[in-house]
Amino acid sequence: MTNKIAPSRRKFLKTALAGAGAAAAVPLAAKADEYVTPSMTTPGKAFTPYGMPSGHEEVKRLLRPPGISPGTGGSLSPIESLEGMITPSGLHFERHHNGIPDIDIKKHKFLLHGLVDKPLEFTIASLDRYPRISRIHFVECGGNSGANAGSPTPPQLTAGGIHGLISCSEWTGVKLGMLLDEAGVKPEGKWILAESADAAGMSRSIPLKEAHEQGILVLYQNGERIRPEQGYPLRLLMPGWEGNLNVKWLHRIKVTASPTMTKDETSKYTQSLKDGKANQFNFIQPPKSIITRPSGMMTMNGPGYYEISGITWSGHGKIAKVEISFNDGASWTEAEMPGPVFPQCVTRFRLPWEWDGKAVVVQSRATDEKGNVQPTRAVWKDRVSSVQFYQYNAIQAWQIGADNTVKNIYV
Amino acid sequence: MFKTIAFLLAATTPHFGAPADPNLVKAWDRSIPPDGTGLPPGKGSVSEGLAIYTEKCVMCHGVNGVGKPADQLTGGVGSLATANPVKTVSSFWPYATTLFDYIRRAMPVTSPHSLSDHETYALTAYILSIDGIVKKDAVLDAKSLPKVKMPNRDGFIDAYGATKR
Repeated sequence: MTNKIAPSRRKFLKTALAGAGAAAAVPLAAKADEYVTPSMTTPGKAFTPYGMPSGHEEVKRLLRPPGISPGTGGSLSPIESLEGMITPSGLHFERHHNGIPDIDIKKHKFLLHGLVDKPLEFTIASLDRYPRISRIHFVECGGNSGANAGSPTPPQLTAGGIHGLISCSEWTGVKLGMLLDEAGVKPEGKWILAESADAAGMSRSIPLKEAHEQGILVLYQNGERIRPEQGYPLRLLMPGWEGNLNVKWLHRIKVTASPTMTKDETSKYTQSLKDGKANQFNFIQPPKSIITRPSGMMTMNGPGYYEISGITWSGHGKIAKVEISFNDGASWTEAEMPGPVFPQCVTRFRLPWEWDGKAVVVQSRATDEKGNVQPTRAVWKDRVSSVQFYQYNAIQAWQIGADNTVKNIYV
Repeated sequence: MFKTIAFLLAATTPHFGAPADPNLVKAWDRSIPPDGTGLPPGKGSVSEGLAIYTEKCVMCHGVNGVGKPADQLTGGVGSLATANPVKTVSSFWPYATTLFDYIRRAMPVTSPHSLSDHETYALTAYILSIDGIVKKDAVLDAKSLPKVKMPNRDGFIDAYGATKR
């Protein structure tokens, strides 16, 4: 047995306490004032209207090189540096198709029309008067983890550099179903088209039934007005559905009889298969888990105790379990999910681990409550065309070397 | 009694939507589905499209739509089932209406909504002519555009099943 799981947290705690006791017994040779830090002797800074992270912190989104315009492309959440389940709003990943629009909340209008009895328009002030719901949900770009799908050799990047198009927030808004009922959907209305007020006119078709049951018109993110990068002042949220469907800067929903077949639901965000056909309307994000500590580009601190920690989520519901393997998948150990475990939500998993300092491959495998399991990379690749990268959810493996390096590998 | 009223209020909308301004609907309702509903009056020819393309599109999409730095628009027809599929407007896009819709709402990237309907028809005609999907003397309008059959028209599978409801 090369790499044993630490028997229990209790035992570890005992060892740590014994160490602390030993330290306290060492006589203090230095003068007491050497231990009085400047923070203890100087009055602290004044209040600020909007707080920022400590100046000692350098956690940032990873910006991808811009595309055809400065705001076309994406930025990735530094998931390897984050904890818990909520993504700080300023670190939420971005994917824009022609930049972040600057929208005046007082002038923004939302139009609801098409196959309805009463076409309606709303201001944000009028939407603010509706009953609200708050939910914690992930948003994941359909292209997340695509580097591992497309690159023939494993890209050596951080966990965020590979998988950072995932974020999780508390979203507050109005149930779309309530507004659809107010407008009165005609019997022939079976789909909606949701359209952005951005310079790309981003638009996607969604089946009416699911839009009515699950859609939320989001006004707030993590307690404050939704951030410009996330759709200020109004975004559609379809919990667990492909990021691109959660239309930002929403200004129009049209009820239609059939899908509009927009550019982003035909030429993009479809899954090309080996026979040349393409699966369309792959709405729901499959289960995934990523060990974020330790993860790519990190340096281990030599043998000893580590808490393996990571994030897991599924568009199909709650995560049922996450298993960790240290022996190339020969056996799997279930990680702890201390909670909360919500549906369509990032869930934190943890597992105490005693590393013996020898080379080892650590991988994680999520199973959701509907029984969907993460495949291996080979199984995932076998299902699709060589150019396919959307909704890649194969098991991530990290190669930990005896030299303390952590590398991305394919297994 | 109070509980009952609270429950009923929670279940229904408070009705704060205003009747939609017909001019707003007209200005924003520019999405074009495959059957061509909503296509505007006007028309455009391949030769007109080439002139506009040369002025406004070629710097991003290349001569004859070969791409770089922006998406490749042409070529790759018949390549989808091979080991090296090339996905372009010509080879992959199932509907010509989508091309009109997307050009009109999002192109050119530096000045979306600047093209007239006439120019949009012409550009659509020109791009579709490069691989012979329409003829070199084609003129597209609201009637002819939805009739264009794209090479990959039947290449998509509804993986969710909602189109059959």
